[in-house]
Amino acid sequence: MDEHVTTAVLEEWVRRFATLVAENRDYLTELDAAIGDADHGSNMDRGMRAAVAALDETPPATTGALFTKVGMTLVSTVGGASGPLFGTFFLRMGGSFGDVQQASAQDLAVALRAGLDGVVARGKAEAGDKTMYDALAPSVDALDAALGNGSPLAAGLKAARDAAAVGRDATNPMLARKGRASYLGERSVGHQDPGATTVALLLEAATESPF
Amino acid sequence: MKKLINDPNDVVIEALLGIEAAHPELQVDHHNKIIYRGDAPRSGKVGIISGGGSGHEPLHGGFVGLGMLDAACAGEVFTSPVPDQMLAATKLVDGGAGVLHVVKNYTGDVMNFEMAAELAAAETGARVVSVVTDDDVAVQDSTWTAGRRGVGVTVLLEKIAGAAAEQGRDLDQVAEVARTVNANGRSMGVALTSCTVPAAGKPTFELGEDEMELGVGIHGEPGRRRLPLASAKEIASLLVEPILEDLPFSGGDGVIAFVNGLGGTPLIELYVLYNEVNKLLTGRGVQIARSLVGPYITSLDMAGCSVTLLKVDDELLSLWDAPVKTPALRWGI
Repeated sequence: MDEHVTTAVLEEWVRRFATLVAENRDYLTELDAAIGDADHGSNMDRGMRAAVAALDETPPATTGALFTKVGMTLVSTVGGASGPLFGTFFLRMGGSFGDVQQASAQDLAVALRAGLDGVVARGKAEAGDKTMYDALAPSVDALDAALGNGSPLAAGLKAARDAAAVGRDATNPMLARKGRASYLGERSVGHQDPGATTVALLLEAATESPF
Repeated sequence: MKKLINDPNDVVIEALLGIEAAHPELQVDHHNKIIYRGDAPRSGKVGIISGGGSGHEPLHGGFVGLGMLDAACAGEVFTSPVPDQMLAATKLVDGGAGVLHVVKNYTGDVMNFEMAAELAAAETGARVVSVVTDDDVAVQDSTWTAGRRGVGVTVLLEKIAGAAAEQGRDLDQVAEVARTVNANGRSMGVALTSCTVPAAGKPTFELGEDEMELGVGIHGEPGRRRLPLASAKEIASLLVEPILEDLPFSGGDGVIAFVNGLGGTPLIELYVLYNEVNKLLTGRGVQIARSLVGPYITSLDMAGCSVTLLKVDDELLSLWDAPVKTPALRWGI
């Protein structure tokens, strides 16, 4: 396979993600109200709107610049735990891509893996803690596996999206061990994690973009 | 909701304008929402900054001044500030001796301060050391949670570490003093009512007229358990006993006893509670070396209080007694 993804396509993905976050803003906030502090949807929406505005103002010259810009904007505007976590995710992706105009499917998988590693370093979450990790890790694994089997990128992203959705749903019965939800103990069981839900939207956005 | 505000969205911005007008000895960076000392940076002095969500006033902005904090970053109500704010504050107060970040143990605060410290190191080469407070004994299962929350000890730590910095100690020494304070302090709180976040417009949780929530944090998070409303005497025991179980005091140990109002409880009731705490501790052979009574780390308009006990030696006591001149704490000047 010698597929290439351009900065323009990756930017379309980011913009599609911002649209999905805006559409699901109230839903994400509702999920957060049950086990957190009822601001995940509004905070992520504010951050992604700011990220899109920043991309409008200064179109990124390289793939690395695109994700670095998104990450920095999220860190500066989201606050709470989501700002550093999603911000670090995109910053690490930007660092992984570097100053290139286009990348390979493999480069994208490597960048997502770097983003995941960043989330783990920042949040110290493990599988089963009921966090964004529980949707992100399986989706990165699924993309790696698909590309490893010779699947085209679009099919790999569909597999990643499906894995993220399964991971998101699996957070429902989990007992939260990180963040403010962890203070609820048993009372956190039976609620879907808002961060994992946002990760599923990110992968959904990827499958709706022209990769 | 009955609040003395203009627009719920402008509460933090307008409060900062009020602080600036009321305290000309302080400066305010309105863009970054930072309150800082008028004479910052002080050459050769370790800078100390803190910050967190708004709604806990006077923490942290009311503790900026001589002998305490050099700067405080204000987040939105109950929301951590972002790294840009702590980075800007670090630059404002760095007089060449490095900067101590005082962080309450909440996931968002810890991560945002951590990123700010990384950015400060990368951008300016400033040396930053962070000390996280986690004194809330109400969180029992700290292995499987985000850990104990930072509450009342934060106030005492900011005062004592601030005095150490004012004496000209270096960054490692000031950080060591701060860690000692956190290690020797424990807190426990009770809510008699919920609080109302201005932007939400309604109480964060429901609590019946005849109920109280024991073991609350400072954001209206759930506590250890809900109980029938009790007398001050019983409440004093419910707050002090878990602290003593967690941090055993031996005979001659002296403590700073801090009875803190959560925002909606009048001072007269805090003194009624202090009287009970005093009797309890005296009965247990714990010597109260110093006391602090009043609303210093609040949860908006929540009625209720917290008790913090800090085990002190002569050195910590002399730092506690050292001069301080801030909007909310002022003595020895």
